[in-house]
Amino acid sequence: MAAANAAARAGAEVVLVDGEPTLGGQYYRGTPQRVDPAVEHLAESAVWAMEGLRLHIRTGAADSPHRTGTVVDADAVVLATGAHDRVVPFPGWDLPGVYTAGAAQTLAKSQGIAVGARVVVSGTGPFLLPVAESLVKVGARVLGVCEANSGTGWLRHPRAANPGKMAELAHYAGMLLKLRVPLWRKTAVVAAHGTDRVTAVTIARLNPDWTIRATRRIEVDAVCVGHGFTPRLELAVAAGCALKDGFVAVDERGATSVPGVYAAGEITGIGGADLAAAEGEVAGAAAAGSESTKSLTGARRFAAALADAHPIKPGWQTWLTPETLVCRCEEVTYQALCAATDLDAAGVRTLKLTSRVGLGLCQGRMCGRNATELAATRLDQAFFDEAALHRRPIATPIRLSELAETPLEPQEDP
Amino acid sequence: MKVTIDGVEHTVEPGQTVAGALLRLGRISWRTTRNADRPRGVFCGIGVCFDCLVEVNGVPDVRACQRLLVDGDAVGTS
Amino acid sequence: MGLPDVVVVGAGVIGAACAEALSAAGLRVTVLDRGPLAAGTSAAGEGNVLVSDKEPGPELDLALASLARWPELLDRVGHDVEWDPKGGLVVATGDPSLLAGFAAHQRAAGVDARLIGPAEAFEREPQLTRRVTTAVHYPQDAQLQPVLATTALLDAVRKRGGVLRPGVTALGFGPDGVRTSDGVVPCGAVVNACGPWSGAVSRALGAPIDIQPRRGMVLVTAPMPHTVRHKVYDADYVGAVASGDADLQTSTVVESTAAGTVLIGSSRERVGFDESIRVRVLRELARKAVALFPGLADVPVMRAYGGFRPYAPDHLPVIGADPRVPGLWHATGHEGAGIGLAPATGALLAELLTGARPHVDPQPFRVDRPGVLA
Repeated sequence: MAAANAAARAGAEVVLVDGEPTLGGQYYRGTPQRVDPAVEHLAESAVWAMEGLRLHIRTGAADSPHRTGTVVDADAVVLATGAHDRVVPFPGWDLPGVYTAGAAQTLAKSQGIAVGARVVVSGTGPFLLPVAESLVKVGARVLGVCEANSGTGWLRHPRAANPGKMAELAHYAGMLLKLRVPLWRKTAVVAAHGTDRVTAVTIARLNPDWTIRATRRIEVDAVCVGHGFTPRLELAVAAGCALKDGFVAVDERGATSVPGVYAAGEITGIGGADLAAAEGEVAGAAAAGSESTKSLTGARRFAAALADAHPIKPGWQTWLTPETLVCRCEEVTYQALCAATDLDAAGVRTLKLTSRVGLGLCQGRMCGRNATELAATRLDQAFFDEAALHRRPIATPIRLSELAETPLEPQEDP
Repeated sequence: MKVTIDGVEHTVEPGQTVAGALLRLGRISWRTTRNADRPRGVFCGIGVCFDCLVEVNGVPDVRACQRLLVDGDAVGTS
Repeated sequence: MGLPDVVVVGAGVIGAACAEALSAAGLRVTVLDRGPLAAGTSAAGEGNVLVSDKEPGPELDLALASLARWPELLDRVGHDVEWDPKGGLVVATGDPSLLAGFAAHQRAAGVDARLIGPAEAFEREPQLTRRVTTAVHYPQDAQLQPVLATTALLDAVRKRGGVLRPGVTALGFGPDGVRTSDGVVPCGAVVNACGPWSGAVSRALGAPIDIQPRRGMVLVTAPMPHTVRHKVYDADYVGAVASGDADLQTSTVVESTAAGTVLIGSSRERVGFDESIRVRVLRELARKAVALFPGLADVPVMRAYGGFRPYAPDHLPVIGADPRVPGLWHATGHEGAGIGLAPATGALLAELLTGARPHVDPQPFRVDRPGVLA
């Protein structure tokens, strides 16, 4: 939204392609938003393919075969595709009743639904706190929030001076106290139990590398997990944008390595909603040939400090048993992944096609990073190309009949 | 709005997703996996994991967490 | 004179089959690849083991020889590679006489090609369009999962004491061996099995050959109940394979995989090594697939993948010694048929290299034929 507004203010003709029926994305879900009236808002729309600066769009009810196909030729594109929760696998994580933290948040905010009555939230990062708050608001009892890292180091981090953001986090921490939700540091859910739904979890006290020190078991009917975020890079990769450290590489104006393609928000680095909006404003203005006076330095510094304080430590790999699923779609177990690494499957394609990991409907969105990290631990030499993990030239599924009649060129306005 | 879920008629509010309606009915899983026949429902909730698939108006492979119900929809779970 | 140690450059299915055959013959083999194992062309195809698409001639002879070898080879290496002798079904919706004539021609060359009417075609493929006028059933056509097959062959090489070195680039070849990005690997012979990159590698090894890439795209649907039983082709497939036109050509190939997905191929374009997606190509594939199987209309496509198929100017594989550089051998140029042709190619190369009697006539594939030496 910020990019669209900035570009419209700079005088550009702007189309905002939005997967949701209403404005606001994941963060403002449930809170009505507005954009500049000059912006054409294409709701319930997905860019399913990019050919240079040509966008192929389907508009209509999610996954319906009756969506409308349009083609837009842009002079500039700002990608702000965001991120989804990363969840590292553990025994039982495929049981119904185990949700991502983002799922719990979305169901609470947009559907008013509590995913359970007795819930544990587990993972790492400040995002777990608002999730716990949302759960309580819709009537769940949150037994505790497990933070795998020590989770306080960043407060003393010299780069973390950002009063506004600190106040927001302090608000959530205070809220948890008020709601009597305990925050358990250096702790994680390392197994979920049950036959056809989760009935209990094993909570472990962790060493600094996330290996297990001691465990206890508690009864729950839902668990919400989030170990940071995975940027949604398929369109950036399809556009040919260079990546750096797992995110889209951008300059201070949000320009990527591809002329005319800009990027903003979580795909350029996990930084939260305020930073994303600021980046959107800068990139939107740049895409429209203008310039924003917004400075991103302070917010980026704070985001980096937060990220430093919430790393994913390799000890999670010791939580798995041979039977633990690594890939949920294709039901590939850790054991099966190991059989592939025994055959020296050291590239993304080779690993996928020897183990079937990442070949299902989610196309490795949930498991790609986990699978390559697990494999890399077991290989002498790995060639896991970052872009190959996100190469999905069909960015979202399209029905064969839709593809068969999809327009190839922009249609003239009547 | 009136919709049917597995042939049974239900009244839902506008703005509800298929997943929202199923969860309100107390169903936390509605699909089984192809190989191990294991139950699945919502996992990511934002259209990424494809665990929550249902059939809507005879069309399979619809993400329940993404699809907003409209009057007259017929939802089928497997 | 003893047999030389051999370096095979290229860890795709052709390099793997050569290395497997050479190591089975008792040679010491090292396989190099600049990237990971089985990650190029072999990871970007459907896994075709076909006789149906080939006109009578040397390539068909090689295909028939390969077909006979695949099952025993798979027994020998002992991995499940999703081998499925499902048979092919080529269908025509226009003039039935062209297809019937082609099949009769193939039959004379030893292919089991059975002309069947529309009724039997629908019995074999209930979802097939009713517009079919005639069909040919090819019981010999089979499918396997190419990356599993390649890694299985390489595993056999490893178990016989061969060395696999992914991530090592071949830079040159001299009397002391192959010069690589990681030192010299001593050897008496080197095999260039680099598929579409064979042209560039042949230059590095001192004797350029003309091998070009042709791009092919395949669509993959979401997993679904098993509805397509054979490899089903539109009858115009044959024309596309044999042609050198740069323009886009698509002809429908629809089949199910062990994982429940349906593969829809395949396009052929000469675009160099350009990897970018072309919606026009995907749309063409989708159109033809829906025309052949109207029931697939509502199935979601979840993936499209593309790869580069290596071809020589005369569209025949290049297998044999390079007359210009002693010790340099080539095994490349199999276009989209490398999976199917791999076992006979590996065996033929090993026979020529060890001086054994070749099991197929090597003359048509020799390196110094017109147009191949660059």
